[in-house]
Amino acid sequence: MEFFRTVNIDWLGKKWYFLAFSLIFSVAGVCSMVWHWQHIGSPVPLGVDFKGGTQLQIQFDQVPDIEAIRQATVAAGINDASIQNYDLPVRHEVLISLPEQKNEAALDTGRQQIVDALHAHYAGNPFKDSGVKVDVVGPTVGKQLQRKAGLATLYSMAGMLVYLWFRFQLIYGVAAVVACFHDTLITVGFFALTGQEISLTVIAAILTLVGYSMNDTIVVFDRIRENLRMSRRETLPDVVNRSINQTLSRTVLTSGLTFLTVLSLYIFGGRVLHGFSFALVVGILIGTYSSIAIAAPMLVAWQQWRTGKGKSAQLPAARRARV
Amino acid sequence: MQKNLKQKIVLIVAVLLVFIYGIIGIPSGVSGKAFKDAITSRIHLGLDLQGGAHLILQVMVKEALNAETDNTVQRIQQDLKAANLAYGRVFKPSPLSSSDDPNAKPEVIQIAGVSPAQASQVRTILDDKYSNQYDIEGGNGDVPFSVTMKATEITSLNQRTLQQAIEAIRDRVDTLGVSEPVIQQYGLGDNQILVELPGISDMDKVKSIIQSTARLEIHAVVGGPYKDDQEAAAAQGGAIPPEDMVVHGSGSMAAGGSDEVYVVQRVAIVAGNEFRSADPGTDQNTGQRIVNFTLTNTAGDKFYDYTSKNVGQSMAVIMGGHIREVARIDNAIRDQGYIRGSFSQDEVTILSKMLRTGALPASLEYLEDRTVGASLGADSIREGVTAAVVGVLVVMAFMLVYYRSSGINADLALFLNLVILLGFMGFSQSTLTLPGIAGVILTIGMGVDSNVLIFERIREEIRAGKAAAAAVDQGFNHAWITIVDTHVTTIVSAAILFLFGTGPVKGFAVTLTFGLLANLFTAVYVSRVIFDSHLTKLKTGEMVSI
Repeated sequence: MEFFRTVNIDWLGKKWYFLAFSLIFSVAGVCSMVWHWQHIGSPVPLGVDFKGGTQLQIQFDQVPDIEAIRQATVAAGINDASIQNYDLPVRHEVLISLPEQKNEAALDTGRQQIVDALHAHYAGNPFKDSGVKVDVVGPTVGKQLQRKAGLATLYSMAGMLVYLWFRFQLIYGVAAVVACFHDTLITVGFFALTGQEISLTVIAAILTLVGYSMNDTIVVFDRIRENLRMSRRETLPDVVNRSINQTLSRTVLTSGLTFLTVLSLYIFGGRVLHGFSFALVVGILIGTYSSIAIAAPMLVAWQQWRTGKGKSAQLPAARRARV
Repeated sequence: MQKNLKQKIVLIVAVLLVFIYGIIGIPSGVSGKAFKDAITSRIHLGLDLQGGAHLILQVMVKEALNAETDNTVQRIQQDLKAANLAYGRVFKPSPLSSSDDPNAKPEVIQIAGVSPAQASQVRTILDDKYSNQYDIEGGNGDVPFSVTMKATEITSLNQRTLQQAIEAIRDRVDTLGVSEPVIQQYGLGDNQILVELPGISDMDKVKSIIQSTARLEIHAVVGGPYKDDQEAAAAQGGAIPPEDMVVHGSGSMAAGGSDEVYVVQRVAIVAGNEFRSADPGTDQNTGQRIVNFTLTNTAGDKFYDYTSKNVGQSMAVIMGGHIREVARIDNAIRDQGYIRGSFSQDEVTILSKMLRTGALPASLEYLEDRTVGASLGADSIREGVTAAVVGVLVVMAFMLVYYRSSGINADLALFLNLVILLGFMGFSQSTLTLPGIAGVILTIGMGVDSNVLIFERIREEIRAGKAAAAAVDQGFNHAWITIVDTHVTTIVSAAILFLFGTGPVKGFAVTLTFGLLANLFTAVYVSRVIFDSHLTKLKTGEMVSI
């Protein structure tokens, strides 16, 4: 069985469509992030890892009644708890969140108060200790983690740039990093648009998709480099088109298979990994798209820009490291 | 060629066995339970999968620094007296009044009121005894001497305080009977400790064991009891002098004794880590529960010195900043004494244990605590494993359909990949977390990428007209460099994640890295060997099924 026997699509010819598509999603994402920033003070809703606060996940014996739980907490004097259903209704799980504290002094009182309130005012539907998950994060740790996550993302991209500079040429590295940046922006934009929280595992997913997008771009670049060596007569756009067509089969298959495994995670993996798998589902699709739609056209555009200025028109094939 | 091939196959089978050993060791039997036990003893489950408690504590190292410089103040006073040099005051201009006071500079000591004639002698003594750890300045004319602890010394003191706190916490956690607790320095900020206790979900119990009654000291009482802070200040002539401080508590044994205010000397006579042992006991006369304690030798000397000179004065036992008992010194005590108070049986036992294992050198503040109940953890395991199994089956099925017999090749490589990955984890005793399971799933997807790369290339070569063996050869050669590139970039991502991430995310980085390394071996070497062995069975002109 073979999906793509002989493909001959003019990818570069469609670059304006691609650009428009990317722009629409990027702008939508950015607008959503600006809206969030004005309303909640951060571009995307932040999970408890980053913004601090208290979060309890409780599994009740029977179907939980959200209203009754809310009344129970209010009766105990807790007015600002946010209570929502968590995961499938069949699991009887509820997520109760308290906002962040200004300092660490009162860090744990919220948890105890909520548990006591439930025991006192909602005793009809009991829960066991083994069905409780609590996260209490103080503001200090939250801020430190934000900083680390930001640094990790930057270092990752810088590392990729250096690696590609070493293996190919600087322009290849720049094109790949721009594509990665585009992927990250759109993925985070999707989080803003759908109002999902970014937790530390989501950052892990984003860093993974940076790596994955690089992979994809490298496969195309490798083929471009190989083809450039072999044929000196073809124009660069033709070489790039041909390279993409040749690797299309592999690209779609790999993305497809990885996408299937991540989809399995999204569907079966449970609520804890939900943000993580959502980031990967979006990221893999966009990452594959960006290698073809952003990175490759950038190479051609750069060369055309240089030709326009009268500099050398040949995109260097770059040294091929001996492995 | 045949022999070469046989050797390679033997190597692969050997690798398979080695890593299976990594997963299950030598199981004690063949029952399902024996296997399960064998696996769980090698691959540890993270807190999010088995349930447990996780805390991050901040050690208030400034307190230990404060105590240390208090000590130095005393020693300087003794040294100057011993040399018959007059001085006005030895004090700290900016002592630590509360644990998180950012403006306090407890590392600075000043000596005021030294006559210019004796200044150089004072300087000599200071240089002699303190210049290793302190920078000494001033002393000219009206400028008081300023003795400041060196930055390097402060850093090493902080490090020692942190280590001491870790040891003390470890001792206390032992009483909970947790298997494989994790207590270590936490890298996210300065002087932070990570405590992870699998299997324990009662956070209150954990905290009461670790944190309460952090520091125990004995101070000399200057005045009291007073009704409140104002009365205390008035009795001292308007304001509390800097070498004293105000403490609250109950100085009497009566349960529910009213909250009284005392003024005590800031510098402790005896502090937490000078207690050598402590045991619960009973007062002969009153039948009250007491804690008998013994001090270390040096502390005993100091205590004897103090008590013999101050018979008739009072001293206060202060725990965690509150007075527990005020006692009158009836006679000199060397190194054995006891503490009375309205203790319950539990309190006496816990207090003794805490004194015995050395009080915490500084108080602790919580930065973060998380607990996961065991049944939620089990749910997570089930979900993760389901997702993994579905993912693996879908991928394997697809490879079979799309690449026909070569698909079997890819599936075998995938299976071996998983075995090696889990074996790696078993050998390195790493922890499997829920994101770690996600890492396994991701490895499957990305691992199969290598096979796709190779197979697609082989198909291209076949289309270009090459014979079976040549096509396979070319396919592997061309794909190899791309495979290396893609794996290196993802491993670099994972390495950065490992450095910057916390527990569960680290688990993800670990499984992803191990999986990719395993994949480099299986997708290239093992696949090649399987192809080669298949090629030797082909008749001339027959093509590979791909």
